Amino acid sequence: MEYLLHILILICIYIILSLSLNLLVGYTGILSIAHAAFYGVGAYVTALMALRLETPFLLNIVLAVIAAGVFGAVVGIPSLRLKDDYFVIATFAFQIIMFSVLNNLVEFTGGPLGLPGIPQPNIFGYEISTHIEFLILSLLLAGLVYWVSNRIVKSPFGRLLKSIREDEVFVKAVGRDISAAKVKIFIISASLASLAGVIYATYITYIDPTSFTVMESIFIISIVIIGGAANLKGSILGAAFLVALPELLRFIGLPNSIAANVRQILYGALLVIMMMWRPQGFLGEYAFGKSSEDRIHKLGDRSKRGNDA
Amino acid sequence: MLKVSNLNKNFNGVTALKEFSFEMKENEILGMIGPNGAGKTTFFNVLSGFIKPESDKLEFLGKDITNLSSHKIVSSGISRTFQDLRLIRQISVIDNVLLSFNHQTGENFYNILFKQKSWQETEELDKHKALKLLEYAGIKDKAFDLANDLSYGQQKLLSITCCLAADAKLLLLDEPIAGINPEMREKILRIISELPSKGKSAIIIEHDMDFIERICDRVIFMDMGEKISEGTSEEVRNDPKVIEAYLE
Repeated sequence: MEYLLHILILICIYIILSLSLNLLVGYTGILSIAHAAFYGVGAYVTALMALRLETPFLLNIVLAVIAAGVFGAVVGIPSLRLKDDYFVIATFAFQIIMFSVLNNLVEFTGGPLGLPGIPQPNIFGYEISTHIEFLILSLLLAGLVYWVSNRIVKSPFGRLLKSIREDEVFVKAVGRDISAAKVKIFIISASLASLAGVIYATYITYIDPTSFTVMESIFIISIVIIGGAANLKGSILGAAFLVALPELLRFIGLPNSIAANVRQILYGALLVIMMMWRPQGFLGEYAFGKSSEDRIHKLGDRSKRGNDA
Repeated sequence: MLKVSNLNKNFNGVTALKEFSFEMKENEILGMIGPNGAGKTTFFNVLSGFIKPESDKLEFLGKDITNLSSHKIVSSGISRTFQDLRLIRQISVIDNVLLSFNHQTGENFYNILFKQKSWQETEELDKHKALKLLEYAGIKDKAFDLANDLSYGQQKLLSITCCLAADAKLLLLDEPIAGINPEMREKILRIISELPSKGKSAIIIEHDMDFIERICDRVIFMDMGEKISEGTSEEVRNDPKVIEAYLE
């Protein structure tokens, strides 16, 4: 039973990560591979505040969100000026720097040894310690992130984001400030991702830098792409699927040493298969990596030049 | 209203604009003609802030707009269409118009989370305005179709409607009637010719001389990035320098 609850909590954590990344990758069409870094900011801020200053849990949540937002602004404002691939490289650089800082600032972050003994959340005297309590907390935060994301994508701001994804030049020509919109959604995405870190740090009670590497970022991207870019339910489905899949492998009876490798092979194969046959993912509306023109072609182009109906 | 002085632009040594200057009054329709590669579209790109000029001055409504970014230029009142027809094709026709309205309360993060009622009300008002604009353009019945499902001519109409929605005082129309049927052409002609009565002006790049003659108060002929001739369409057509440029 506890095992099942543990999986469900992990799924909630990845739902938060994939929903927040989907706002960026799926809706706005900008690929970031620094998502695990923001996840890490959330985890480390929560852990350090609780361990060093013994601040209350609710305050730690707020501080984690603000810290991730500030990092989002620091990274986003200069690097969102870059085009496509160059932006990806900039986020990659940030991801690497973040890992190095966490790994080498030994007296502050514990370096490779990590931070053990993170206190469990305490909300107005109520201690959250059992699996079921953690699951409720995770569901609440995942629900909050879903609610925020849903409001954003259904609002005129969501329309602006999707339009930026489809044709930046047109959006500029009708007078919209695209850099401001991109920076805004980048900060929002980073802040929401930090919530996953808050749960992770207080649930596992131990963190170290290896949980927040570029591999983790790529795993979150896989969830978004396989679940379906630009579809929030897709991110939920993708998170559940990709987190539960390796667990199911355990029941086949593979020895642990092989299971870990099989897991990596499976993810890789799945990603390749999806990219070839269903680039929009399970539920997605936006085929990632295809140019706007390609997708229009798929829509059935009735409006050829000079062919007026 | 618009004052362009000594505009220069080179692309790796190729002159696209050379000492290009002219002035424009309010409520004027100005035609811009010339052979391919004369620098007409480059001028639009510079004026709308998509590329930066080298040495020059652009003054619009008494303000210096030379080094403003494109969205600031649009909010000062200049909006453009593209020769290769740009729209957001995956969203509906009305969403394209709504996107073009600037200053939307529903784009503020705080409003999105906590004041949904308030932005939805203004969105309703905006929808009303958008439908009126689409009705004016004659594509109201297509409002909720995907923009991609419009015919080529209707898409051109929509792109002009978006300029109107962006509340431009000056519209830059890059080949508004190229490649469309005569019926659509009349519709677009009517919309452009009614611009001055709404307090708006336009600069039109077009190769169709008949269209230019019917609609423009004044014409500028460009070649090799330079202004060769300026005047009424008749004056320009009979200018020996223009004839020479075409014969070359």
